[in-house]
This record gives sequence, C-alpha cells and structure tokens, in this order.
Amino acid sequence: MNILSAKSLVFNVLLFLSLMASAQVEETLIEEETDENKFDPKEMIMHHIKDAYGFHIIDINDHPISIPLPVILWTENGLTTFMSSEFHHDSDGKVIVEKNGEKFVNYHEKAYRLNPSAEKLKIGDDGYPVNAEEPIDISITKNVLMMWISVIVLLLIFITTARQYKKSKNNLPSGIAKFTEPLVLFIRDDVAIPMIGENKYKKYMPYLLTIFFFIWVNNIFGLIPIFNAANVSGNIAFTMTLAVFTFIITTLSGNKNYWKHIFWMPGVPIPMKIFLMPIEIVGMFVKPVSLMIRLFANITAGHIIILSLISLVFIFETVALAPVSVAFSLFITLIEIVVTAIQAYIFTILSALYFGMATEENH
Amino acid sequence: MDLVNPGFGLVFWTAITFLFLIVILRKFAWKPILGAVDSREKSIQKALDSAEEAKKEMQNLKADNEKMKQEARQERDAMLKEAQQMKKQMISEAAEEAAKKSDDIIAKAQTAIENEKKAAIHELRQQVAQYSIEIAEKVLKEELKDKKAQNKLVDRELEKVKLN
Repeated sequence: MNILSAKSLVFNVLLFLSLMASAQVEETLIEEETDENKFDPKEMIMHHIKDAYGFHIIDINDHPISIPLPVILWTENGLTTFMSSEFHHDSDGKVIVEKNGEKFVNYHEKAYRLNPSAEKLKIGDDGYPVNAEEPIDISITKNVLMMWISVIVLLLIFITTARQYKKSKNNLPSGIAKFTEPLVLFIRDDVAIPMIGENKYKKYMPYLLTIFFFIWVNNIFGLIPIFNAANVSGNIAFTMTLAVFTFIITTLSGNKNYWKHIFWMPGVPIPMKIFLMPIEIVGMFVKPVSLMIRLFANITAGHIIILSLISLVFIFETVALAPVSVAFSLFITLIEIVVTAIQAYIFTILSALYFGMATEENH
Repeated sequence: MDLVNPGFGLVFWTAITFLFLIVILRKFAWKPILGAVDSREKSIQKALDSAEEAKKEMQNLKADNEKMKQEARQERDAMLKEAQQMKKQMISEAAEEAAKKSDDIIAKAQTAIENEKKAAIHELRQQVAQYSIEIAEKVLKEELKDKKAQNKLVDRELEKVKLN
C-alpha cells in the first residue's frame, strides 16, 4: 500500500463516520419493513450486537442480502462444512440442512445437530432445543470475518509504516508513519515505560502494541455502518480471549516477589497473611475478568444506546422524531469514537500495569 | 448466540488470529518501527551530546582567548610603562649629562678667562713698569739736565739718609 491509498483509507473512514447516522436509519428502516409483526427493538438490537453465521448487509423488498460465510461444525462423525446461505437466512430452526447424513438447523444464530430420529426442531419450555445438540462450532462467523478484515487493515497500516522507515535514510517517519509513530510512541512512553519500568518494558512492547491497535481498530469498525453489522470487540468471546492472553502473560512473567505478594504478603502479621492469601488469589483472576467485562460492556452498551436512539423513531412510529433521534445518536456516536480509543487504551494500560506488578522487584 | 456466553468458535478464531497478528506484526512492524525510533533517538542524543561538548569546548576556547588577550594586554601595559620609564630616565640622564658638560665648559672657560686675565695683567704690569721706567728715565733725564737740579736731588736724598 502506498501513501496515497493510505490517505484514501483514512478519508473513507471519515466519510463512513459522517454517513453513519443516516445509514443506520436506513438499515433499521428496511429491517422494520421486513418485520411483519410489530417492530421489536430488543430483537433488532440483539441481532445487531450478537454474532451470526452470515454477514447480513441489507434487506431489499423483503429479501435479505447477506454475504454467505462458511459454517464449520465438528460432530462425533467428523467435520462438516457448508455455506451459511444454505440456512436461507433462517434463524428459527425451520430450515434443515442435511450434510454427511446429519441434519443441522440454525436456531437463534446457533447451529444445532438434530438427533438422528428427529425430523423437526422442538423447543423446550426453557427456550432451548430438546431434540438437538450443539456440535463444536468453529464457523467463520461475521465477527471472525470482520476480525480478519481488521487484521488485514492493521497489517497494511503497520507494515507500510515499517517500510517507510526503511526507505528514509535517517529513520525519519514519512507518509503514514507520521501518523502512526506518535501512537506507537504513546504506547511506549505513556503506557509501557511508566507501568512496567525502563528495564523490562521492551519484552512486552509487541503484545501491548498489538492488543492496543487490535482492539482500537475493531472498536472503530464496530462504529462504521455496514461493517458494524459485526460487533467484534463487544463480543464477550473476543474480550475473554484477549483477557486470557493478558492473564497468561502476567502469570508466566510473575517473579518471586509477585508470588510472595499473593501467597505470603510481606510486612503484615501472620493472621493477616493468611487472611490476605485468598483475597490475592481471587484478585489474580478478577483482574483479567474485569478486563473482559469492561471492554465487552462498554462497546456493547455503546451499540445498544445508538441503536435504541434510532429505534425511538419506530417505537413512536413518527418520522418527526427522526431529527431528534439522529441528533442524539450522532452525539453518542461521537462519544463512542472517543470511547473506541479510551477502551483500547484502558485495556492496554491495565495489561501493562499487571505485567508491571508481576515483574516488580522487591522494594 | 448468547450475549454473555462466550462462543467457542469466536474464542478459537480470536486466539489464532491474535497470535498470528502478534507474530507477524512483531516481526514486520514493531521491530523495524521501534528499532528505527530507537536508533533515531540514540543519534539525536548523540548529536545533542556532541553539540553540548562542542559548546563546552568553545567556551573553553573563548576563556583561553580571553586569558591570552588579558595577558597580552598586561604585557603591552608593562612594555609601555617600561618604555615610559626608560624615556624619562634617558631624558633625565641626558639633561644631567648636558648640565655637567655645560658646567665643565663654563668652568674651563672661566679658568681660561682667568688665565688670560692673569696673563694680560702680568703683561700690562710689565708694560706699565717698562713705561714707568722709561718715563722715569725721561723725567730724570729732563730734571737732571743742570747741575743745580742734580745737587738739589742729591741733597734731598742725603737729607733722607741723615734722617734715617
């Protein structure tokens, strides 16, 4: 990617952001048309923030248009793959896909394998299927697709940045590096060095930089219309995985001093040591859990607020409310743009803090 | 898919994707970027250090210069002073010598004059004595032309002897 296309990428991002509010109205409008029943904001919002097998873009004349994605299921009979289009946009468990002599249905965007004897999906009183079981599901869902798009974007941006330095003689940033270098230096000078310390921060830099930009880009994509059909960084599976990475790195880099502070707190009387030990052990696990929940809740909440404000138009069934709800959702979107960076920053700085605590020397 | 129930598929793909991303970015982005920034910062630090050093050296040089100037100025002053003194001394010496010489000349002149005077007086005296003798001769010759006058003189002279 050259500088020109990097610039046009930035431009496109800005363009998308500015068109966002109106695009969201459109999307929701069309959705409402397809709904034969009364408009249900909860269902619409949940559909938006949860993962799905297909990448649903738009409905035209009651006909949903979506990008089919591979469904990959692992049952006791082995691997089964088919495209999500074979569900025919059904998520109520009505369409049965037969593959390798097994029957699969999509119930609430979750694939189930019908028991061999069953002909039709039966739903129990608790809202879960009774005559089907969940296979191991490693489908390329819309979130996985968006995540990969974000990976491509990140690779393009940062490998281009690295190349800019190779081109220049004095290691001076040029082109996109002028934009990315302050961000990289921000992570180094304001996150890694103060939290971990001058001597040990280098080892953690690749992780901190990657996690910061990975979360940030996915947060931003969650705000871009069309793309925000996926809500990657507001998905608890995504945040959990990243939090587990931080937990593993923290635990593996814990030195003697760190473990001593957990199991036998120095400087306090023995009864206190015994009292503090379980608290510290719980704290060890609470830290990544808080990382997981914070990112998930913040991003998901942002999406819910924006979609709820847009839904107002359809709840009150008047276009007169549209300016108000668009204005509000635009306002929240602007706040969300800030939140994308803040949440990525918080996740990174807290990870750095935990690494710093794990590697802190006795003082 | 449930909202707060992490789906296995996404966990699986996120883990793989993230590991892939971290490995690739580490090798092809973070290392070159951080390395470039690091070496640039080092070269900037080096440049700043050498500039500081040059400044210090410059200051030293300046101080040296100032010192040398001061010394030169002092030397010049000293030389000027010496020259002044020498001039004064020479003038006074010359004056002294001149005075001495003029005194000498005057003294010599005076003695010469004295001698001349003495000689002149001496000569004058001799001359006067000569003339007196001659006059006396002439007077005597005039006076003792007749006998009477001769007798008279002899009488007078004899009288003086008698008195004695």
